[in-house]
Amino acid sequence: MRFFRDVWVIALKDLRAEVRTKEAVNGSLAFALVILLIFSFAFDAQEDTTREISGGLLWIAFAFAGTLILNRSFAREIPNDCLDALIASPVSGAALFLGKAIANYVLLLGMELVSLPVFSVFYNVRWMGQYGWLALVFLLGTWAITVIGTMTSALTVNIRLREVMLPMLTYPILVPALLGAMQLSMQLMAGNPIGPDNVSWLKMLIGFDVIYTAVSLVLVETVLVG
Amino acid sequence: MSAVAVEGVWKFYGDYPALRNVNFAVEPGSCLALIGRNGAGKTTLLRIVAGFSRPGKGEVKIFGLPPRDTQARQRIGFIGHGISVYDELSALENLVLYARLYALEDPRRAALEWLERTGLERSANGLVREFSRGMRQRLAVARAFLHDPRVLLLDEPFTALDDRAIAVLQRLLREALAAGKTVVMSTHQLREAMELATHVTLINRGQVAFHGEATPEMAADPSLIYARYGEG
Repeated sequence: MRFFRDVWVIALKDLRAEVRTKEAVNGSLAFALVILLIFSFAFDAQEDTTREISGGLLWIAFAFAGTLILNRSFAREIPNDCLDALIASPVSGAALFLGKAIANYVLLLGMELVSLPVFSVFYNVRWMGQYGWLALVFLLGTWAITVIGTMTSALTVNIRLREVMLPMLTYPILVPALLGAMQLSMQLMAGNPIGPDNVSWLKMLIGFDVIYTAVSLVLVETVLVG
Repeated sequence: MSAVAVEGVWKFYGDYPALRNVNFAVEPGSCLALIGRNGAGKTTLLRIVAGFSRPGKGEVKIFGLPPRDTQARQRIGFIGHGISVYDELSALENLVLYARLYALEDPRRAALEWLERTGLERSANGLVREFSRGMRQRLAVARAFLHDPRVLLLDEPFTALDDRAIAVLQRLLREALAAGKTVVMSTHQLREAMELATHVTLINRGQVAFHGEATPEMAADPSLIYARYGEG
């Protein structure tokens, strides 16, 4: 019970701090929109091929823009040495990690929700009614970005070049999850339901989330304390 | 049972031993001044005692428990080089946050009580980023004492404090010692430290050069310890 209360307290603290400063969300949102805009210049939205790859473009934009939110996650604790106080408190590393991950998840989903209508306009996307499945893919794919990004944020928190190191560590690990999210998004946006052809991507995405969440919860104490 | 027991602690940074077989114990109700020149290993030792990093060899016990044990952490109050409060939250929000993390029964009441004890009650709802340096330091003191810790670990607690914050901290430390709490502080400000210290440990190049009771002659001339047991 205490674990979940600690998770909630940490998540609420991070969200409150971000709402006051808006430093990560504003940057991330602006970056996502700029990426989508630049890609729209590069690809003709009227072509079928562009619509076919638009799911991939969308996840690239989310992954790139998401690092701005994830970078701030543990870096937020560095000024004033707040991380020391959190580590010294009776809060478990796992609760600290999960609280931060949930806050990041909410912020990432917010950024994605604002970006989606812009994406629809730029890429002439006709949502083909697979809303439930699409929502599930977005939730799973975003959690994958969140859990890996939050862990690498903890790993790189004391590194001087953390802004460089975080994406360098995050993206290679994320490749399977991004592949799954891209494949599923492209299929669903094209109006194809989840079936025998593509259900393995969904299973892989779920497996990725479960495994990396569990591994992160186990390892975060070692990452933070050594 | 010792409040703090440091047994054969080594800490390596690469091949360099920052701490070499450090041993000492601090009894409940004592105040230990951890002194030594810059780079001697005081902060490294204090961070290991606080559970922020693990020793390469040896062990630390807080009332018989490892520092990373949840119960041990509940008993530790720490003041480091930073104030460990969030600029974008108000003073009250900061203390309520920590009161919740320490599972205090009434977080808001505890936070308000400590804001009052540190003279910050009128600024309870002000954002910390708008505070003066002295106010921030007093808030840091309130944060460390908030959960009524039995062991206070203070890393250079008087450095950069203004006069009012020094007075507040010294008063709170005296009250804590009178109540049987244990204090371990690393410091360069020997005069302030010797006013409170019951014991002194001199760290020299990662080793304990002296550990013993603080004597009246040490209090009268704190540099005596360095002259007698330091490198000179």
